[in-house]
This record gives sequence, structure tokens and C-alpha cells, in this order.
Amino acid sequence: MSRHQAAKKNVRIWQKFTMEIKKGTAVSPGVAIAKSLIIDSEDYRIPRRSIKPTQRMIEIQRVRNAFRAAGDELAQLKAEQKTIEQRKIKDIFAVHLSFLRDRNLRRRITDLVHSESVTAEYAVSATLREIASNFAKVKDAYISERAADIYDIERRLLKQLVGGKREDVEHLTEEVAVVARNLSPTQTAEFNKKFVKGIATDAGGRTSHTAIVARSLGIPAVVALEDLTETISGGGIVIIDGNRGIVIVNPDDETIRQYEEYSLEFTELGHRLDAIKEKPAETRDGMRITLLGNIEFPDEAEVVLQKGGEGIGLYRTEFLYLNRPSEPTEEDHYQAYAETVRVFKHRPVIIRTVDLGADKYTQSKRFAPEPNPFLGLRSIRFCLQNLTMFKTQLRSILRASVLGEVKIMFPLITSPQESMQAKMILHDVMEDLDEESIAYNKDIQIGVMIETPSAALTASTLARDADFFSIGTNDLIQYTLAVDRGNELVSTLYSSVDPAVLRLIRTVIQDAHKAQIGLSVCGEMASEPEYIMLLLGMGVRTISLTPPMIPKIKQIIRSVTIEDCNNVARAVLGMNSERQISSYLRDVTRTILPEAF
Amino acid sequence: MRAEENTLEKVVCETGVEIKNADGLHMRPAMQFVDVANKFECDIMVSNDENSVDGKSIMQMSMLAATCGTKLKIKAEGADAQQAINALQELVEEKHFDEPTPSGQKER
Repeated sequence: MSRHQAAKKNVRIWQKFTMEIKKGTAVSPGVAIAKSLIIDSEDYRIPRRSIKPTQRMIEIQRVRNAFRAAGDELAQLKAEQKTIEQRKIKDIFAVHLSFLRDRNLRRRITDLVHSESVTAEYAVSATLREIASNFAKVKDAYISERAADIYDIERRLLKQLVGGKREDVEHLTEEVAVVARNLSPTQTAEFNKKFVKGIATDAGGRTSHTAIVARSLGIPAVVALEDLTETISGGGIVIIDGNRGIVIVNPDDETIRQYEEYSLEFTELGHRLDAIKEKPAETRDGMRITLLGNIEFPDEAEVVLQKGGEGIGLYRTEFLYLNRPSEPTEEDHYQAYAETVRVFKHRPVIIRTVDLGADKYTQSKRFAPEPNPFLGLRSIRFCLQNLTMFKTQLRSILRASVLGEVKIMFPLITSPQESMQAKMILHDVMEDLDEESIAYNKDIQIGVMIETPSAALTASTLARDADFFSIGTNDLIQYTLAVDRGNELVSTLYSSVDPAVLRLIRTVIQDAHKAQIGLSVCGEMASEPEYIMLLLGMGVRTISLTPPMIPKIKQIIRSVTIEDCNNVARAVLGMNSERQISSYLRDVTRTILPEAF
Repeated sequence: MRAEENTLEKVVCETGVEIKNADGLHMRPAMQFVDVANKFECDIMVSNDENSVDGKSIMQMSMLAATCGTKLKIKAEGADAQQAINALQELVEEKHFDEPTPSGQKER
């Protein structure tokens, strides 16, 4: 966005108080009315902002400080690259360091601050982007690709300049609605939940990480707003309607009043749903369904309990690796698990081993992003190549297993060999614990996440060696349909009920039943009201979902019969088009449960 | 240091070099060039047909975008100009930045 444009717009709004309504995708329910806080995305699109001539010296000093701090950071990173394989990375860092120590470059930037009276971040960004575009023009591919290096140097400098402002999100003192082009998992994890009342982003889709985190924290969120950050200027009131997928910029008094009422009604509805908390998740014809919660942080365990969840079906453990300078210790892991397990005592807590990589990787630690991270070194693959880290986690899970009913789950398994390898390492860790006479549950259940087409297609083999399956629909859909769920240009192609996806899910359910092992569904699909009847009809009896959705899903389960569900599943599995299936499911859900919509 | 003392006694040296490594003057060679250049007190200018840049600035050097076969002129001005020219010429034409040359690759 251009804050310059925004500033101009601000003047216009000042004169006319123009209210603007933007439509996006609702990804987390609720309504937020708060002051907007715009935060820069990681690719730092820096607006041109003019400064007073008297402020120029300050900005020039900021440029110098940023060069120094970025240089120090880089020198340290460079020193950390010790092995022979890392030599190439070390070389690259050396080149970047050379740029950061290039007085000529620094002078070009400070000259720009001086001559144009612009901010340090704008001068850095404009200069380096100009240099990068010069590289990109060179015909020689080898040289033109070096533009990427310049962008990396730009990011590193901007991190120093803008990074300070990002602390705003950590050190908030008043309620805000966060507005951003896109949010990284790290940024979202940094939010102080007490003050962030809503989230609105330009990019993203229903299953983007922002959406998942927002839902699990119970923060209203709207994504895919395209150019919201260009429309809005920070500090003004914004309404985020996470039910209808609307964001209202500069709302007038009447609109604010209407929304305050609506927000109150919505909260009351929430309370009504909470009232069914004590009632079982049972269909009208008496089929008992188990509802578990997906959590990201230990303190969400309480939310699951409040919402009536009967355990944790997916405990994501990546948070332990985000927001910290060093790797978590065994004790860090243990404390996080013990805290959650104690909340649930003898009810299941399924801990998923770390799923780092791809969108969730702490990218700043990495120099060269993988060209295709979703098909790269992520998740279990990453663990199997970083055994010390993996074993530390397994050790602490095993230690926590004596405190309650802990289960282990391995993510992104693509072949029986991988699952066997992971189990072998677990057994190594068990032997270590035996030798040290440390207690653990020797019969701990070990499960496999089915989230790749290869795992779904070989489920019968995988089932021989697993105590349970959990279907991770998000990745399964992404890998089956080859759609990046966070890319708004193709996110409409992403669908839980594409016939291809449903066939894979059906195979997995049938294979799990044949092998008589446990089965649950833990992807976002399980928290979509219109898919519940289908899942039950396909034979799912355990569902793990985002905690705030538990009451609503329970209400649906309590209003249907398994017979209805079986009929729905039968009809759907006979259909060949995604569009037909979705509209059928929408109609059915509306007829059977008019109150759910 | 001598240069500072005898500012009037300006040594100017010039030479032409040809980039011989296959990948051209990309980032790492540019860094090596700048590292060597910065060891000397003298001013160093490097030029191709169009531009003349500061041989001590990696930004400017890498923007020359000199590919394999490009001919560059190096001009040094200052007390240690001759040593600088010698060192840089050796780096570009003899060591060719410790990288393979096109003919070297063909032999393999």
C-alpha cells in the first residue's frame, strides 16, 4: 500500500468522512469494532513518506544504524555456517555483508534522504529496488538472478528499520484491529490476545494460517480483501465482521451503533450455544460422536474444555519454535505438554510432532528459501533429518505420557517406510529412557496423519503399523488438487468436497475400519457446518476442530440422525462435480438445520 | 600512508583486463575484487564501454554486469596504484576468481 496515497486519502476523509465497505472472505466468526493498526508484512512494501527537512539528520542516522545492526546480524549468521555444506551459504552471506559495508551504497541512500526528504525506510527500499531492477534487466541469467540477493539485503535492512515498529503488536496497551497485507505465522503468534480484537488481511484464504490462528484464538477475521491496506489509514475506527466477511473503513455513527447491537446479539447466540456444552454430542438416533479440539498453544486447552471438547485431537507444537531466539529445550517441551495434559487428565491429548517447514518455518533463520517449500524439507522429513531436535521432542512427549492419556501423531507421512523410521526413532528414545529409569507409558498410542494422496492411497499398509489415523484435510486437499490454499488467485479451486478429495477420504475411512484402528478428522473441513453430515455419513465418529466451533458442530450433530447422514453421503459419493456437491450440501444443511445459518 | 604525505606525487596506472571465468563478474567475484581493491589506499575506477564505477564498491562493481569475455579498464590513482593494478590483474586474468573458465569446462 502507499501510505502516501493513504495520507492524501486521509485528507479527503477528513473532509467527507467517507465510509467504505470492503468485501472479503469471512474466516473467523465474530464482530470487532476497534481502532485499526496497520502492520507491515514481511516483504515490507514501504510507502513513500516525506519528512521535515529538520528531521533529515535523524533519518540519516537511522540508515547508518540499520546498516551497522544488519551487518552485525549477518556477521553472526555467517559465523554460524560452519560445515562444508554450508560453505555456499557462507559465501552468500559474505557477499551481502560486503554490500552492507559498501560506503558507496550507504551514501546513495543517505543522499536520497537528504535530497528528497524521505524516511530512512523509503530511501533504503527505493534505492535497493532500483538496483535490483537494474540487475533483473541484464540478459545474462546468472547475473539477473542476483536481484534476489538485493531484495534479501533490502529485507534485512528494513527489518532493522521497521522491526522496531512491529513491537507495537507485542506491546499494545489498547484494543486494536490488526490490518495487514498478509500475516506470517510468527507475526500472528506474537499477538497479544488481550488487545487484538480483529484481523483483516489483503491476502489469504479460508485455510491460511492467519485464519486458523484467528479461529483458534476466537478473534474475528476477514481475509482476501485484496486492497484493504491501500484504502485504510491507521488509527481510524474499523469494523471487522467475521460472520459476513465485511470490513467497514471509517464507519459512520449509525453504522457503528448498528454493529454494536449486532455484536451483542452475536455474543448472546454464543452464550446460547454454550448452554449445550454439558449435553453429549449425540445424534437424534443415539450415535455418540467424540468432539475434540485442535490447539496451538497450551492456554487454549482451557478454551476446549469451556466449549465442551472431550480432549485434544491435534496439539500443534510449532509454537515452541516460533518467537524465540534458540531451540526449545526438553524442559520447554515438557512444560508445554504437561500443562495441557493436566487439564484433560484421563481424556486423550494427541500431540503432533513438529510440523515445521513450508509456511510454518521460521524463515528468518534460513537464508535461501526453498524454491518449492510445500514439496520440500518440511514436517516429518525435516524431523528425520534433524534427529537431535526430533528426539528431544519425543523424549518430552514420552515423559509427559505418564500424566494422562497422551498419544503421538506423526505428520505428513508419505510412505510406510517413513512411518517405520519415525517409530524406530521413538523406540530408540524409549530405550534411552529405560536406561535412565525415567517413567513413560510403554503402550502409548502412535498415530499417523493422513494428509498426502500417497498416504491415503496406501492407508491399508500404513494401518498395519499405526494405532490410529487422523485425516488432515487441509494438506490433503492442497496436495490432491495442487492448490495453494493461501493464494487468493487460485483459492477458489480449493474445496473440501471435490470428488477426488472425497474418494481419498473414503478410502482412508474404510481402511481404518478394516484394520480396526482409530480414525479422526482434524482438518478445517471438520469445523464447517455443511460438511458434518457428510463426514458422519462416510463413517467418521471422531472429529477434532477449532475450539470456538465445537458448540455449533455439536448442535448440528444433535439435530440429525445417522440415517440422514448416510443418505447424504450416499448421494454425494454418486456425484461427479464439486459444484453439484457443494450446492447439494448447502441445500441439505439449510433444509435440515435452518437455524444453523 | 605515503600517498597522504605526498599528495602532489600522484601515481596513475591503467590496464585493460578481460573477464575469463564462465559465469562472469557476478556477486562473489565482485566481492573478491572489492576486497582486494580495498586493501589499497589509491582510488580505483573500473570502466566498460558505457560506465565508469568505483572499484571499491560492490554495489557499483556488480552493476557493471560484466559477463565472460567483457573487457574492462582499471585505473588506479595514488601512491600504491601500481601494486593495486598488479593484484587486481592477477585476480581477474590469472586466478579468474578461482572459478572455471569456459575452456576449462570443455576440457572436462
